[in-house]
Amino acid sequence: MAPSYDNLPSDEENDIEEEIDFSDLYEQYDVRLEESFDAFVVLDGLPVVPDENRPKLIKFILKKLNAVGKVRDGELGITMPLNDNGMTDGFAFVEFSSPKEAAAAVKQLNGSAIDKKHTMTVNKVSDIERYGREGRVNEEYTPPPVVKFEQKEHLRWWLKDIDARDQMVMFRGDHVGVFWNEKEDPPEQIIDRQHWTEAFVQWSPLGTFLTSIHAQGVQLWGGESWSRQKRFAHPGVNLVDFSPNENFLTTWSHRPITVEEGNPFLSAEEDGKNYIIWDLATGKPLRSFVTLDLPGPTTDEQGNPVKKKIQWPAFKWSSDDKYVARMTFGQSISVYELPKMNLLDKTSIKIEGVQDFEWAPASPHRDSIREYEQLFCFWTPELGSSPARVGLMTIPSKEIVRTRNLFNVSDAKLHWQSDAKYVCVKVDRHSKSKKSMATNLEIFRVQEKGVPVEVVDSLKDTVINFAWEPKGDRFVLITAGEMPVNAAVPPKTSVSFFCPEKSKGTAVGNFKHIRTIDKKNSNAIYWSPKGRFVVVATIHSQQSFELDFWDMDFEGDKDEKDKDFAANLQLMATAEHYGVTDVEWDPTGRYVATVASVFRHAAENGYHIYDFRGTLLREEAIERFKQLLWRPRPPSLLSKEEMKKVRKNLREYSQIFIEQDASRRDAGNRAVIEERRQKLESWLEWREEQVRRIIEEFGSIDGFMGKDEEKEAEDDAEVVEEIVEEIIEEREEEIS
Amino acid sequence: MRPILLSGHERALTQVKYNKDGDIIFSVSKDHIVCAWYSANGERLGTYHGHQGALWTVDVDPTSTLLATGGADNTMRLWEVETGKLLKTWDFGSSIKRVEFSPDGRQLLGVTEKRVGHVSSIVVYDIDAEKGTEQSDEHALRIVIDYSKATVAGFSYHAKYIIVGHEDGKISQWDGKTGEWLNEIEPHEADITDIQWAPDRTYFISASKDKTAKLIGTTDLEIMKSYATDTPLNSAAITPIKDYVILGGGQAAMDVTTTSARQGKFEARFWHKIFEEEIGRVRGHFGPLNYVAVDPTGKGYCSGGEDGYVRVHHFDKTYFDFAYEVERELGTNGTTQARI
Repeated sequence: MAPSYDNLPSDEENDIEEEIDFSDLYEQYDVRLEESFDAFVVLDGLPVVPDENRPKLIKFILKKLNAVGKVRDGELGITMPLNDNGMTDGFAFVEFSSPKEAAAAVKQLNGSAIDKKHTMTVNKVSDIERYGREGRVNEEYTPPPVVKFEQKEHLRWWLKDIDARDQMVMFRGDHVGVFWNEKEDPPEQIIDRQHWTEAFVQWSPLGTFLTSIHAQGVQLWGGESWSRQKRFAHPGVNLVDFSPNENFLTTWSHRPITVEEGNPFLSAEEDGKNYIIWDLATGKPLRSFVTLDLPGPTTDEQGNPVKKKIQWPAFKWSSDDKYVARMTFGQSISVYELPKMNLLDKTSIKIEGVQDFEWAPASPHRDSIREYEQLFCFWTPELGSSPARVGLMTIPSKEIVRTRNLFNVSDAKLHWQSDAKYVCVKVDRHSKSKKSMATNLEIFRVQEKGVPVEVVDSLKDTVINFAWEPKGDRFVLITAGEMPVNAAVPPKTSVSFFCPEKSKGTAVGNFKHIRTIDKKNSNAIYWSPKGRFVVVATIHSQQSFELDFWDMDFEGDKDEKDKDFAANLQLMATAEHYGVTDVEWDPTGRYVATVASVFRHAAENGYHIYDFRGTLLREEAIERFKQLLWRPRPPSLLSKEEMKKVRKNLREYSQIFIEQDASRRDAGNRAVIEERRQKLESWLEWREEQVRRIIEEFGSIDGFMGKDEEKEAEDDAEVVEEIVEEIIEEREEEIS
Repeated sequence: MRPILLSGHERALTQVKYNKDGDIIFSVSKDHIVCAWYSANGERLGTYHGHQGALWTVDVDPTSTLLATGGADNTMRLWEVETGKLLKTWDFGSSIKRVEFSPDGRQLLGVTEKRVGHVSSIVVYDIDAEKGTEQSDEHALRIVIDYSKATVAGFSYHAKYIIVGHEDGKISQWDGKTGEWLNEIEPHEADITDIQWAPDRTYFISASKDKTAKLIGTTDLEIMKSYATDTPLNSAAITPIKDYVILGGGQAAMDVTTTSARQGKFEARFWHKIFEEEIGRVRGHFGPLNYVAVDPTGKGYCSGGEDGYVRVHHFDKTYFDFAYEVERELGTNGTTQARI
């Protein structure tokens, strides 16, 4: 019987089978036909040969091609067609075993010579398709249109604020907002955007740009409209670092970059790299690098992989943006010249055992040296019989200016003073038995002749934190006793203040210990960017949240025993901010913001703003508060003389500001008072209306009894005064 | 002045109340006992025994002769203040969450809890102090709340209205005589935990778990003022004499991860009633404040806490002297009550 439509198996019967999702299996076993021509290339410019010479030529070419990538099926992979005259036409098709090899062949063999007369061109078939067809490429040259000049926004507009207020960025929840600091009053919002960044925000070092971090890369924002200024496409970027003068930018991602073909920003050069150094003005990558792992075990005792700490920033910038350097731990320091990013003198500086290095943060003015060169400081540990060593090296001349040998060194940290006047090497030394630890400070006076070294070795405990006064000669350090094993509470710490002795003339005297405050929990030091004032804080602690505000040049009376010191130390105030995680001075040194960030814990997130004396101006609790960062200011344009003049006439200027403050406060107060007056008046009005209505309805306001009755009741009441005396205890005592 | 600590209860306080003269404080707690205290020195005057379950609520009539209580043993009871004699017990199918006398003391209101088989309702009984134990068994009025259950309720001036606070943040207004529904607003987003009256009952304050308290006009239910805090509120009171309100609350222990006193925010908060500004806080409790009550004479306040203590505070001279500049200017000196 012929199948009729009625007999055809209905679709429903197949349903059961179709309900099962086989798509994953299909995908796995599906035979994929190679459809694209990515593995094919076209060779051109070959010699024209008759048919009998063809195999010879193919063999010759094959040899050349196989040096780069494997040609599929050997000689059969090369097709060299003949024309009607029985001659080759000078071209051939080649199939490689993979598109990758084809791409490599294009890159490496295109334009290579076969013999004296012939140069081979190698192109992808797909490119020939794309560009070779008629009409695809315009034969006539048309000059690119010159884009009309557009006035860009002023990137430093915020400095023109008439009240010289400072800006701060606040990142809370999903919102990033920039605000003017208004002291006690709520900060004035300039802009607020949701999802402005995916990880965190960061200012560029001179405050020109606000940096946002995205999965696709880094974006810089600026100008009064907060428009996007630059983009740096570093996929998966984790960290960003600017050069000090905002000319260059380093981005780093934990994962090596994978560059897909056709990426408009990155080339194969960046593939597999972790670091990219960018030119900020053009937005183009200059050079890329892979992360250098610090030596150490890759697995812990249980065999789990250890999370390696990365050095950040690994690429350190010289103060003039001319050099960037990276250390290969224990071996060498590679210094690159900008903007070409070539290795200085084509070779790394070999320093055996090098542990750490730091650039001078300013161009150092060394005694009797005319041409100021950049300088960095490095240290090496004890190696065999040779002692540990601290050295200062100039760049580009690579001259070692000063070295110093040290013994029994467990660790060293390098701290530059902000003007590169001093570098303090904090040396943790162990006793011979390696049981007890102590810290020495080796202070190199970089600007003095011969770079003398002064040693401060009166410290018993280990120094956990050290900070120079910016632009000054004084420093603060925190020492901690040894951590008992398995102790829940960190040991108590001591805060010590040092300053130079008073001396005649301009020379800076020897460093002297002023005072030590014992039994503290402090672990962090924050100097005012202008010096003089310092906040010593306890951060990231569960128990203690102290903020001590110190003045190094207190204007009150000076203690007799301190008379030789170039300082007059005074604790101005102590504040407390529960759960404080970050402390930030504003760039003018007028205010201090403290933050309890949700990055660290979720309890009572928010910020406080103090003035430099430690008076709390404002506190605000904001859920999921993440960051508060003051916008940095570029260096002042005033000359030294002008600054001196301002300082001299400070009283005159300050008078104006005091008046402004007063009038503003008055205006603010007036508004508040006016609002209160209105509230009070409308309330009184409302009350009278209510009472009137009730009295109209009921005759009295009190429901219990009428007013008159109450009065009568009061009159009727009789006042009875009753005095009750009660003997609680009787005791006899003998009085001798 | 140092507060007086009343430590006569073994479990969490649920309500504290001053009598009209402000010399006696009544407190009820989950430990089944009603206590009466002298407010001046914190001496315990007596206790009222009889309830079989946790007590939720207490109220005293304007002449300080009768005391009403309600609790989880499904009874509402009437006591003689002076002797501690139990005059009357009314039985219900569910617990009594709130009792309140009318301004003239001739009516007593009770709020019954919603439970399977029992609706939430407001019951009103006529009270006659002369009759002693012979109080009426029949309620004079019964309002059935058939939507979001009632949590608190009270009589307006002259018992004209009954104002009811609901679990969903609504406040409704009913006729005090007929029980007829009149009006409704939704000032809060979560449970209304307390309603307390201004001295003349022309307005009241509501406290809610949504961390705010609101001042609302009785007649038109207009929201006059709003006080937003950072913690769920259990109670709010309006101070006589000075124009303040006192808010009490705190994160319930089950809702906080770290239960330090600092985190829990167990403080009584003083706000300026008219300017809606926080003026100060009083610490002391180490559990949430379940109720704050003010002395009707305006000389002090007390708070009952989850921690089992009642703290009685007497205001200092500075409290009475303090006034905003504007208040001095307009001659109120922070005391608009006195003008009526």
